[in-house]
Amino acid sequence: MTALSPARFKEQAAAALKDAPLQRALGNMRVGFIEKRRKAAEKLPEFEDLRDQGVAIKNHTLAHLDLYLEAWEKKVVEGGGHVHWARDAEEARQIVLGICRSAEARTVTKGKSMIGEEMHLNPFLEANGIEPVETDLGEYIIQLRHETPSHIIAPAIHVNKEQVADAFREHHTGLPPDRPLDEGPDLLAEARTQLRDRFIAADVGITGANFLVAETGSSIIVTNEGNGDLTQTLPRVHIVLASLEKVVPTLEDATTLMRLLARSATGQEMSVYTTVSTGPRRDGDPDGPEEYHVVLLDNGRSALYGTEFQEVFRCIRCGACLNHCPVYGAIGGHAYGTVYPGPIGKVLSPALMGIDKAGALPNASSFCGRCEEVCPMRIPLPKLMRHWREAEFSGKHNPAPVRWGLGLWAWAVRRPALYRFGARFAIAGMAFLGRKRGHLRSLPLAGGWTAHRNLPAPQGGVFHDLWRKQRKRR
Amino acid sequence: MSSRDAILGALRQRLDRDADGGKGAEAVAERLSAHRHNLIPQRGQRDRAGRIDLFEDYAAGADATVARVASAGDVPAAVADFLKRHNLPANLVRAPDAELDAIPWDSQPTLTLEARKAEEPDAVSVTAAFGAVAETGTLVTVSGDDNPTTLNFLPENHIVVLWADRISGDYEAQWSALRARYGDGALPRTVTLVTGPSRSADIEQTLQLGAHGPRRLHIVIVDERPEP
Amino acid sequence: MLAPPTASAAESPTVALFVTCLVDLFRPSVGFAAAKLLEQSGCRVEVPSAQACCGQPGYNSGDRRSAQAIAKGVIAAFEGYDYVVAPSGSCGGMIAKHYPELFADDPAWRPRAEALAAKTHELLAFLVDVRGMTAIESRLEAVCTYHDSCSSLREMKVQAQPRRLLQSVEGLALRELDTPEVCCGFGGAFCVKYPDISNAMVADKTADITATGADTVLAGDLGCLMNIAGKLSREGSAIRAWHVAEVLAGVEAPPIAQTGALEPAR
Repeated sequence: MTALSPARFKEQAAAALKDAPLQRALGNMRVGFIEKRRKAAEKLPEFEDLRDQGVAIKNHTLAHLDLYLEAWEKKVVEGGGHVHWARDAEEARQIVLGICRSAEARTVTKGKSMIGEEMHLNPFLEANGIEPVETDLGEYIIQLRHETPSHIIAPAIHVNKEQVADAFREHHTGLPPDRPLDEGPDLLAEARTQLRDRFIAADVGITGANFLVAETGSSIIVTNEGNGDLTQTLPRVHIVLASLEKVVPTLEDATTLMRLLARSATGQEMSVYTTVSTGPRRDGDPDGPEEYHVVLLDNGRSALYGTEFQEVFRCIRCGACLNHCPVYGAIGGHAYGTVYPGPIGKVLSPALMGIDKAGALPNASSFCGRCEEVCPMRIPLPKLMRHWREAEFSGKHNPAPVRWGLGLWAWAVRRPALYRFGARFAIAGMAFLGRKRGHLRSLPLAGGWTAHRNLPAPQGGVFHDLWRKQRKRR
Repeated sequence: MSSRDAILGALRQRLDRDADGGKGAEAVAERLSAHRHNLIPQRGQRDRAGRIDLFEDYAAGADATVARVASAGDVPAAVADFLKRHNLPANLVRAPDAELDAIPWDSQPTLTLEARKAEEPDAVSVTAAFGAVAETGTLVTVSGDDNPTTLNFLPENHIVVLWADRISGDYEAQWSALRARYGDGALPRTVTLVTGPSRSADIEQTLQLGAHGPRRLHIVIVDERPEP
Repeated sequence: MLAPPTASAAESPTVALFVTCLVDLFRPSVGFAAAKLLEQSGCRVEVPSAQACCGQPGYNSGDRRSAQAIAKGVIAAFEGYDYVVAPSGSCGGMIAKHYPELFADDPAWRPRAEALAAKTHELLAFLVDVRGMTAIESRLEAVCTYHDSCSSLREMKVQAQPRRLLQSVEGLALRELDTPEVCCGFGGAFCVKYPDISNAMVADKTADITATGADTVLAGDLGCLMNIAGKLSREGSAIRAWHVAEVLAGVEAPPIAQTGALEPAR
């Protein structure tokens, strides 16, 4: 299998549309998340006001990000933790490897982390003789299947349970091959047992962070399974992977965002476990890690502050924009060929990879606006996609025929009389061709339209001409 | 230049920090010390009885089970009841918490309790909650020598003793209580907000309980807290 | 029957009809229907001839300079009227929401763009919200379903208005879609730039339409309607598609992508 890439977005999307198991899996998603979010939002009368406050909290924090990061770092260090700043993914990988090496780590358990995905951490650790074990059930499944997450909160949303059973039979050797694995509970019980041993054996636990709290120097993770807590409690060393924009000022500010996060993501009132971690275990604590490290990744983000794209850093990774996106719902996450799929990925990926590489993504939107409508942080995703299209156009990254076509169109519509003169002939011709059926089945240069649908025939005549005739008669 | 300096330098420049004449630093310091409340939903703003009811509703909505008892003396029977209902063993591991020490466990002779952190293959744990939030049916647990974190996650069955007077309407009251106990800007190693038992919907978007943490979460709300 | 005029509607303002390029070229009957409804609501209607397109195709393709140049022409042609009304949430939204953004950094054009934006409305919202229309005298034997176009719904806040007026159409029953708020996959150039994805989206939409059992689908944007009607036609469906303005004004033209009978095929 060739590696997925945003440069091949169209081909990957076409393949996804023909992938029957994927289409079945996406069908589950399109009903569940949307209805649950709607109900959760309706149940909390202050939901819209909380969204406004969440936006304000994030805007304030991002505008003072340097200061909040310094305040947060100071508290981490006071509490006996370590902060490691990484400019790019390679630097972050080396930092993690260094910590693992000094802990003489052989296996590492991992809670779900999109920053870990951004760092391509797992293949790197493997290449260096350290075994990473994903512990979120969805992440575990896709790790066995040698895949990447296709959704930021439901990484295995593209997988059906038969495919999970196949992966378990292949990898959980030593169990009776004819054991029943037809139902969800069989699969969950087996994963639980298998992973329990891995949790206990691990030398280092790596988690992401939903928030960093400047007031206390804490990191917060939000999970439903409890895997993140076992990951960060049982091994001797806890490493947190986070990007710059995760910091919030106070526990109260984090609380406002938490009131939005689970409701927007899964429609839960709260996720099951929200854990605030501060430093290593304390004197007298019978459990918890002896070392606490945070790796803070920039990876191109700092260059976007002070630009229109700063707004994207309000994102709290709830996944609502993916769940409500008709394009994501049609093709799933892998077709995007990037770490972050869906609307947020269409804005974030060009920032992380360059518009020359990820240009297809911000273009692949009908601008229906549903993502912005449900984004708890009111990120103007369509507007930011349009800004990327502008950056692409002004950087001349899009194909020449597109540019010429647009140039010709713009020239013509600024001359309405001339434009209408030309249009009269085209319309008369199409009306003639479609007069019998009311539509055309094909038309030169309109293959993109007529491949899948008929082209309604023009009624004949241009409104402006007809209007003037009618007014004269009056 | 270190990466730290490079990243912070880039942010300072892009955010025009030098031009703000120290205003940004003032605003940040003020915000960090003020602990200002943002909007608090009305939902939890009820009297004591209302908060307990609301907590119970939301905890049950998150698939926890709840028992309400009058006093600490009733806790052992409530625990025994839960064990019997689910056919669970009577040897428990519990937090070495002073308030749990004060519970007359001997009143249920079938129960045996060890006060320590959790290990495989402990089946049932008992811990004391720091507090709870009625707004969403959420328990607040803190780590420490008296409440090991592993008790919350390793056993398949987790029983939590919750003193009714520690149920607040909102999270903000819990943060204030934590600051009162641990000091401004300080927290124990972990504060975990627990809303229902562990779950996953990662297989075909179908919800299943007991993913890695407890399959059952049983909360015993005690109306009267014994004087320490 | 026309509702009693509201206080603000006592005078008879002059409305400039922004026809939209699709209506101009493909379906003039929508333009006439819009004009008729506006006159019924007590407005004088004019159609400035210096109009072709609102500039959205360039704007959404990243060609901001072309979009600005086109927008300046539209502003100059339309700013002298009391109101600007478009039988489209998409083109209306372009003027009302995006023109101010296009000129955010242009001190000369920004106030003009904002002034025009403030008096630009989508047709149905204008009739109901500004002109106080609550009912209409029209007739169509049809079981209808209604697709909310994304721009109408999200940019121009059009949702209840068309349904309200449709309720008064004699012989017409309305059945809601399962997901009326989901995009039909048109999206302007999107549908030809990403035909496979667009097709999956419109196929979902026509399946939803068909499942309602309706014999007619209505919407307020011709782009969505051409997409939906074109797909229904390719699927061999007899379901008829009209712009909602045509039905409210009294249907005079065959359904989109069809010929002949105005009565439903049974």
